[in-house]
Amino acid sequence: MADVVIDHSETESTPAPGVDDGHGGHDDPGGHGGGHHPSSGLSNNKLAMWMFLGSECLLFGGLISVYMLYRSRHADNLGPDQLWDIPFTSASSFVLLMTSLTVVLAVSAAHRGNLRNTKIWLVVTAVLGSLFVAGQAYEFTVFYREGLGFTTSLFASSFYTLTGFHGVHVIVGVIMLLSAVIMLNKNRITGDKAETVEVLGLYWHFVDVVWIVIFTLVYLIPA
Amino acid sequence: MSTDTHAPSTTDPGHEDGHGAAHASAHGHGWTDLQYVLLALFLAVVTALEVYASYADWLGALFIPSLLIMMVIKFAAVVLFFMHLRFDNKLFSILFYTGIGLALMVYVGTLLTFQFFVG
Repeated sequence: MADVVIDHSETESTPAPGVDDGHGGHDDPGGHGGGHHPSSGLSNNKLAMWMFLGSECLLFGGLISVYMLYRSRHADNLGPDQLWDIPFTSASSFVLLMTSLTVVLAVSAAHRGNLRNTKIWLVVTAVLGSLFVAGQAYEFTVFYREGLGFTTSLFASSFYTLTGFHGVHVIVGVIMLLSAVIMLNKNRITGDKAETVEVLGLYWHFVDVVWIVIFTLVYLIPA
Repeated sequence: MSTDTHAPSTTDPGHEDGHGAAHASAHGHGWTDLQYVLLALFLAVVTALEVYASYADWLGALFIPSLLIMMVIKFAAVVLFFMHLRFDNKLFSILFYTGIGLALMVYVGTLLTFQFFVG
């Protein structure tokens, strides 16, 4: 077999064979194109998503900090102890936790090239995510009817802001999941489909991870 | 690419071709779908324990530490295994943990601000 010299300066989107990208030398042998791997061997898409998630840690860190500081600033009859419905929130937390499984199964199927199962698991994830958002909307409605408006107290403002921001992230995730399914159906994803699903999965797992923290700090630990 | 080291690692023999199987193994880091299901079951059990702990008066002073430990276990399990951070490039870990570190610093900084500027 003749030696082949590859000029990487002209093919920046082609990963260098043998470059350790942390995937055990995965070098996209099928020519999927993928997320434009630079000379580092890393996918730009994954790198960008991890940078985004790192910055999201700061956003939610700030919101959780504010809630922890203000959670005791409320009227006597409208605090967490009077409002929280732990069994209900536990059930919705369980639903969101299980979406981490369904999305990782979607990623797994995508990496096997099994698009049918990928789409099924993405839809299941979107449905469960929507169920979680519906639960949150119901919870907000109950709290509002109990008299807890957004400006009722510092506790109320910080609680609605924190959980509301998280809910918006879940909604955005559901939209992205369904968009991905539609794009997979229409074969509109031009690059590496598996990597696209994997990056989407990273976002969804992050949303789940944030809820793990919120569930414990906001709902289970008493003010 | 040797096929014996890149055998399909999952329970679904469906549509995947040889390349798909190799791709799956390269990204799946040897984890099968069954292992992911078992991890999810483990997380569900930990969540149930968290809820139980919130009702268990006998925990006393151990109540909050036990909840925080279980929270960290769940957080780490999702990040390390579901998000593949344990197997992925170190740079991704650095980016994510830097974000978490800065978030903790924001919390501590805010607490200190309230401590020093009270009244």
